[in-house]
Amino acid sequence: MIRFTARRLAIVIASLFASTLIVFAILAVLPGSTAQVILGTQATPDSVRALNQQLGLDKPLWQQYGNWLQQLVTGNLGTSYISQQQIGEQITQALRVTGPLVLFGMLIGLAIAFPAGIIGALRSGQRSGALVGAASQVGIAIPTFVGGILLIIIFPVKLHLLPASGFPGWSNPGQAIESLILPAVTLGLVEGAIISRYVRASISEVLQSDYLRTARAKGLTPGQALRRHGLRNALIPIVTVVGLELTGLIIGAIVVENVFTLPGLGQLLLQSVANRDLLMVRDIVMIVAAAVLIINMLVDLSYRVLDPRVMSRV
Amino acid sequence: MSEGAVALTLEPEGVSLGRADDQSLRRRWAASPSALIGLILVLLVFVTALISLVWTPYPPLAVDPAHNLSGMSSSHLLGTDQYGRDVLSRVMSSAQITVYAGALAVFIAALIGIPAGLYAAWRGGAPGEAVLRLADLIYAFPALLAAITLSAAIGASTTTAMIAIGIAYTPVFIRVTRSNALLVLSSEYILAARSYGRRPLAIMRRHVLPNISATIIIQMTLLFSLAILAEAALDYLGLGTNPPTASWGNMLQDSQNYLNKDVMLSVWPGVAIFLTVLGSNLLGDGLGDVFDPRRKR
Repeated sequence: MIRFTARRLAIVIASLFASTLIVFAILAVLPGSTAQVILGTQATPDSVRALNQQLGLDKPLWQQYGNWLQQLVTGNLGTSYISQQQIGEQITQALRVTGPLVLFGMLIGLAIAFPAGIIGALRSGQRSGALVGAASQVGIAIPTFVGGILLIIIFPVKLHLLPASGFPGWSNPGQAIESLILPAVTLGLVEGAIISRYVRASISEVLQSDYLRTARAKGLTPGQALRRHGLRNALIPIVTVVGLELTGLIIGAIVVENVFTLPGLGQLLLQSVANRDLLMVRDIVMIVAAAVLIINMLVDLSYRVLDPRVMSRV
Repeated sequence: MSEGAVALTLEPEGVSLGRADDQSLRRRWAASPSALIGLILVLLVFVTALISLVWTPYPPLAVDPAHNLSGMSSSHLLGTDQYGRDVLSRVMSSAQITVYAGALAVFIAALIGIPAGLYAAWRGGAPGEAVLRLADLIYAFPALLAAITLSAAIGASTTTAMIAIGIAYTPVFIRVTRSNALLVLSSEYILAARSYGRRPLAIMRRHVLPNISATIIIQMTLLFSLAILAEAALDYLGLGTNPPTASWGNMLQDSQNYLNKDVMLSVWPGVAIFLTVLGSNLLGDGLGDVFDPRRKR
């Protein structure tokens, strides 16, 4: 296990390193100087040169890259030259919205996926099972931003319930949670549809297993047999999918935050793209990419802990 | 032994096109309603894109401020937007963007991924392993994030977005091509072909590619659906197709400001995206059953 963990850790560090190279390389090929973009077309060559110097953009590329790596490792990301605020501070602020949003989204997704998946598996071949399957196909085909707008039409616009956009801040927890409900439901519906398919597949497999047939032969109903013997076994592959879908949720949150104008990481990223605040863009992109890579590693490790059979094969 | 006969006994897990038997292929299409519905929906998008090249009720960019936000009427079946542009015409011409975006991403991913996968299968060893590790690195980087980064660097456009999406999904093609090619390469007729001196490229073209084509087509269909989803999302975020060119994504973004006046403005492009993605998902899932009757049940 230790050897396996060390190996996975090494791969993640290599991937993180490769990601910094990719992100840096993509953003360094930008046509036009960054300082020119900030100062506008009226800027004199002298002032452009001065700002380049101030931002360290006159240094050779490898030195700029080295400085950035150092910033990332120490966590001291510097000041945004657009907003004149600490980049680290702004990102922490944004995470206070994105974090809860992703968490609520996942909880809602699971609350949908488990009942739907179990019904789908137990009633496969019946009308209700087919209905659940069709609903999940529909759910998967609705992109988050379409679903989000649909929810805005139904609740704030037609029923005058819940806010359509904005976020009052956590100083007012009631209203803050209220404004996260629709975005979280949007994410949760899509995730629920995706995860329910894995739940159904996993439960169906368990239902066909010999030990469950034995349990049925003892006289348990399908539901009882599933509760006592099946669920734990079915959970193993589902945990993996839930972990992987967590990364999908983080990416989905980027889009959903922009549907509901929530001041989270996704909105900060897109604002920075619009303002050409490229230093901020590369920091946010790296943080999201790092989160995805680390979650994937943890999922991989948890899989081995949960299923001893996989362990013995490693 | 003819090639067709070999194809039937081959591949424990892969699927084959079974083109020798058109009659049963047709029956299998009929027996897989979801694949058929998917095919019809995808064809509908392609046909709409083609029709919109030569005809739309109004020019999709024609502005008519006097009749803006008119709602559905006999002169504008789906109504008009905030500039008085005909929504039906814009929904129709957006199909072009969708087909272009999906095709471009699939093309890029296949162009890089299939040769790389074949190479990894043929060479094996350290070079093959290197290709796989590189694929893992690319795969770990989220596709949408790659597209946003690239748009930030070189400016937003449909093409920029789809280059990023195409490259991001290249690893899928590398893996699928490699694992299926390995199965084919381990068979005896490949050994025979090699023994009488057929060159690697010829073996790939004559024996490997035809045998793995069904699996690759399924992957292409599924990637098509992922790509148009990503394209619509990027357009919605303002990082894809540039206005005034209509796309379902940027129509949705525009319409969100007018939800209090005409909610149907959001519904039409939303429905279009939904039906397209649903169609290519159903087709991709169903093709497996059509190509390989053994997989059914």
